[in-house]
Order: sequence, then C-alpha cells, then structure tokens
Amino acid sequence: MKKSIRIVIWLGVAVVGALALGTIALHRGEEINAMWLVLAAFCAYALGYRFYSKFISTKVLALDPQRATPAERLEDGRDFVPTNKWVLFGHHFAAIAGPGPLVGPVLAAQFGYLPGTLWILVGAVFGGCVQDFVILLFSVRRDGKSLTEMAREEIGKVGGFVAYAAVISIIVILLAVGALIVVNAMKSSPWGVFTIAMTIPIALLMGFYLRRLRPGKVLEVSALGFILVMLAIWGGQWASQSPTVAPWFTLTAPALAIVIIIYGFAASALPVWLLLAPRDYLSTFVKLGTIALLALGIIALRPTLHMPPLTRFVDGSGPIFAGKIFPFAFITIACGAISGFHSLIASGTTPKLIRRELETRMVGYGAMMCESMVAILAMIAACVLSPGTYFAINSPAGIVGQSPEAASATVSGWGFPVTAAGMHSLAQAVGEQTLFNRTGGAPAFAVGMAHIFSSSLGGQAVMAIWYHFAIMFEALFILTVLDAGTRVGRFMVQDALGHIWKPLGRTGWYPSILATSALIVAAWGSFLWQGVKDPLGGINSLWPLFGICNQLLAAVALCLATTIIVKMGKAKYSPVTLAPLVWLVAVTFTASWHKVFDPNPRIGFLAHARQLASAAPSHGVSRLIINDRVDAAVAGALVCMVALILLESISLWVSVISGRMQVRVREAPFVATRFAAEEQG
Amino acid sequence: MSEVRQILTTIVATLREIFDESAYMRFLARNRISSSSTAYAAFLREQEGIKARRPKCC
Repeated sequence: MKKSIRIVIWLGVAVVGALALGTIALHRGEEINAMWLVLAAFCAYALGYRFYSKFISTKVLALDPQRATPAERLEDGRDFVPTNKWVLFGHHFAAIAGPGPLVGPVLAAQFGYLPGTLWILVGAVFGGCVQDFVILLFSVRRDGKSLTEMAREEIGKVGGFVAYAAVISIIVILLAVGALIVVNAMKSSPWGVFTIAMTIPIALLMGFYLRRLRPGKVLEVSALGFILVMLAIWGGQWASQSPTVAPWFTLTAPALAIVIIIYGFAASALPVWLLLAPRDYLSTFVKLGTIALLALGIIALRPTLHMPPLTRFVDGSGPIFAGKIFPFAFITIACGAISGFHSLIASGTTPKLIRRELETRMVGYGAMMCESMVAILAMIAACVLSPGTYFAINSPAGIVGQSPEAASATVSGWGFPVTAAGMHSLAQAVGEQTLFNRTGGAPAFAVGMAHIFSSSLGGQAVMAIWYHFAIMFEALFILTVLDAGTRVGRFMVQDALGHIWKPLGRTGWYPSILATSALIVAAWGSFLWQGVKDPLGGINSLWPLFGICNQLLAAVALCLATTIIVKMGKAKYSPVTLAPLVWLVAVTFTASWHKVFDPNPRIGFLAHARQLASAAPSHGVSRLIINDRVDAAVAGALVCMVALILLESISLWVSVISGRMQVRVREAPFVATRFAAEEQG
Repeated sequence: MSEVRQILTTIVATLREIFDESAYMRFLARNRISSSSTAYAAFLREQEGIKARRPKCC
C-alpha cells in the first residue's frame, strides 16, 4: 500500500478516535451510546499498537529478528516449544484474562463512566501493554526466567525478596477478594449455589470421559461439559423453586465462606487432579465463550449508557468504596489498565513458547490490549443499568440501610431514582429473592450482562437464565483461580521454607503439603472471614487492598524493566517504563497513605479502628479492630518493601548513568535463529 | 476460501493449545507412545507438576 494512503488511513483513525473520546468526555446531561466507548477504545488501541509499540520495539528494545529464542534453543517438547504467534497470542490472552477486568470497572463506575474509561485506555496503552511487552521480551532474552529471578539478578537481593513478598501478598489478597466476590454473589441464592455445585459432578464426568473414553480430547469434552452446565443453570431454576431442594442450597455468607475455605484447602492438599483439571478446562471454555458473547451482544445491541459521565461521588463519598478519584479510581480498575500479575505470566509460560523475538510485540502488547477491551465491555455492562439500580445492587446495607424501602430512599436521595417495587420486580426477573446489597461487582455485572443478552437473545423470558449464566461464569472462574492460586502459593511457601529446613521444601512430603496448604488457606481465609463479617460488605476494605498489591507488583515489574533499559545503555528511552512507574508509585503510595492514615473512618483503617474502639463495646468489635490494624500493617509493609526496591534501583540507575559503575545485562548469549533462514528460503 | 480455512485452522490450533490437546500430542510424540488411558494418565501426572506452579491471572 502506498505510504500516502497509509498516512490518510491512520489520520482517519486518529480523527475518529478523537471524535469518540470527545463525545464520551464532553457530553453532559444526555445519555450516550455505548458504541462511542467501543470506537474510542478501538482507535486508541490501534494507534497505540501501530505507533507506540513499534517505537518501543525498534528504538527501546531493538527486537532482533536474527536472535533465537529459548523456545528454539532449549526446545524440549514440554516447557520450551516454538509456537505459532496467533496460537500463542490466544494462549497468553487466556492466561491473563480473569475476573479482575470485569469486576474493577464495575466498581469504578460509581464515579461515572468517564474516569474509569479514560484510565482503562491511557493506562493500558502507556502502562499495562508496555509492562507486559517489555517483561516478556526481557524474560525471553533470559531463557524464560521469572520476575523474581530477574529482579534478584538485575537489581539485587532486596529486589528479589521484595518481588517474592509482593507476589505472595497479592496471591493471598487476590484469593480472599475473589472468594468474597463469590460469597456475595451466591449468598441466599439457591440457584447460583446449585449451578456451581453441579459443576463438581460435571467435572468428574469430564475427567472420566478424558481418562477412559476419549483420552486427551479436551475440546470435545469441554463442549460437552458446557452443554451440561447450561442444563445445570436451567435446572437451578427448578431447584430454587422447589420447597424441598431450595433450602439445601440456600446458604448464608458465613456458611458459604466456610465451604469455600474447606474447598481451597482440599484443592491444595489432596490429589484431586481428576476434578480440578476438567474444571479448569471448563472454566476457560466458559470464560472465552462469555467474553466473545458479551462483545457480540454489545456490538449487536449498541446499548445506551444510563450512567452519567461523572457522578457526585467523585468527591470521595462513594457508597461502594470511599475515596476520591485520585488515587482510588486507578487502583480500583486494576487489571483492565495495568496489572502486576501479568508480569508473572509474561515471565512464566509465554516466554518459553515465543518462536521469534519480533512476536513479543504482538503477544505482549497485543494481548493486554484485548484484556483492556474486556474492561471496557465490563464498564458498558455496568453503565447500561439505571444508576439507581446500579447503586442499589452495589451499596452495602451498612450505608443504605437494611430494608428495601430504606435502601431505595437512600439511593433516590442521592439523585438516582429507584423504588423497592422496581428492584423487587428486577430480582424476580433474574430469579433472586433480592438484589439489594449484593456488593462485590459480580451481581451488578451479571444484571448488566443479562440486560444486554436478553435484549438481543430471548427477551425478558430468559433474563434469569442469562443472569445465572453470568454469575456461574464468574463464580466458576474465580473458584478455578482460587484452587490454582492456593496451590501456587503453597509451592512458593514450600520453596522458601525449604531453605530453612529441607524436608519442608519437598513437594511430595505430606506433612509439608498439609502445613503449607493450611498456612496459605489461613492467610486468605482470614481476610475472607474479615470481609464476610464486615458490616460494610468487605469490598470497601479488601478491593482497594487488592488494587494496591496488584499495582505495587506492577511497580516492581516496571522498576526491573527500567533498570534493564538503563543497564542496556538506553537511559534516554527509560521514560517508556519510568513514566508509568512514577505514576504507579504516586497512585499506590497515596492510596496506601489514605488507607492507613486517612482520618475518615470509611477510608482509613486506623481511623476506623479508633472509631470502633471509642464506640460502646459489642460482640465481635475487637475482631474488627484487629482486622483494621492487620489491613493497615499489610498496606504499610508493602509500601515499605516497594520503597526499598525503588531506592535500590534508583541508586543503581544513578551509578550506571554517572559512569561510576560498569554493568552489563545478564542476557543469554546470542544464537542465530534458524527460522529466519527457513522463512526466507 | 483458503484464507477462511487458514483462519479456522489457526483458531482450532489456538484452542488445542489452550486446552492442552497439543501438549498431549507432544507428550505422545516425545515418549513415542500412542494415545491410551494409561498414556493420558501419565500426561496428567506430568502436567500436574507444571500446571500447579502456574498462577492464573486475576
């Protein structure tokens, strides 16, 4: 194509993108169509990929088409396998896409659709995509080493330790928050509990099919499992209406929390691979299908956003979580804009499968763009609801009141009209007893998704099916993250304890398995219990803590990336990773300060503890006070650790740039790739 | 038509990679054995060690 035509096309993309962004940013007082968000996102990603990632790949990283990757040099048919770039793109996307980009934007919609949407776009193009891309490439050039190994080698021992501690912390908080979302979505919901319970026999059946009938035919059996899950959702309606069966599956929040804690321990400690592997496949199948379906549904229906661009809660008085746009919108969105957790995937399996160095751009930068697009879809799903409905679902009883009438009056008093009768009708339409106080983001997302789907497929008659499909999808996926995360955490603890006493590091020694599983489950279980018992619903405390952990891990990854860029002798290009690092440090450190020291008891953990201590003593208050102090200690400790790695890195950068220290990056030696010659020949 | 076929082939290959069908094929090729219930059990045992250390993202 002629250069002039290409210039015209890209200018057109820029103009359309600017128009779309202008529309979503400047419209006030009237509703806009969701397609403007989709259009703005598409143009931003296209421009970011074409120009910014190209700049990074040529100028900063200098991707070498002649250099063999570890997948080629160390090919063993097991861990290291040269893989087609499109196949690897899909594989990497499936690994990074989780519940975070769906839940975060739903919660952040309390500020209106504008702040979250802008941060998703800007954060992804200049932060998240860059982080995933550079960490993937640096891992590829170091034989697929992990983030913690690279941090230890390139920054120092403190860097390695901090990365390790950040990973463990984020896993613990992530699992607790995930479990809390499931509890809040399924409490007093026999339909949801029945459907999820049915996935256990379905997974066992899939396991039997895979082992005995058609070994290895996972796609086939996943499709079969999906059909059975759909039947389970349909059967859930019967279960929820049966006077005999419904009580068995109607569980309170504490009861559900106990069940999930036992499940997490069993999944980590018992050899139940026959159950867990098929469930993992099933959840991936459902996840990919649901994301595709949601995208198609939004494009087909082109729904109108009822949420205003900005709500009154930008002042920090939000009912879902307290705190102003800065910094709380940025830590709430989490994985949709930038996720530290992705750096674990980008330095885990993916670098061992990359066939050519050039392909890191598409896989690393490109897959994160798709994840960010999922976050935009979640934002749309939340904002198609009327604001009154959105706030009635997401606000905890401690804020809006216990009864439907009180909650409706409170939400209406904020300027978002909603009635108890209207909410009751909606609850009936989706097959629930009530939709008030369903905090956590998952139920609001499910209602929004059911609204979109039922408008295009099946009408109001199947709204309940779509709602429970969405709930099942989120719960199934979170439970898969939960059992996988508990096992990963257990292995990490075993690795660390093995340095103290060798038998504890043996992954096959049962006393060690039981002890370390109990340790990890106790860690996230205590946070889950805290959330369940919290009168504000738990999300107010735990989701910001999760956001802080995740973004601090991203800060560690960007610190490492900046260090390597400086050591490569390319300090002038370091702002590519330094700019998002500075922003993340500002956001996370400010958020942590607020969460620990803010005098508002709804924001600051210590202020909340003081408020509880000064009130009349009542049952369970001392436990809540301890919880607040533990949360404050966790936030403070994480910030201190990241400050340490930051100081160590800055000292290294200054030494290298000033010429006081001669360093070299620890890349694997250059070996020419055979694929370049094969492609030319 | 061939482009459509190529796209479909890539999608199927991606799904096979995501769902470990390709990994199972490589396992069979590496060990020079044919697919069977025993072979799949051995593959799952090998995968357990690898997958259990692989975090799932949030």
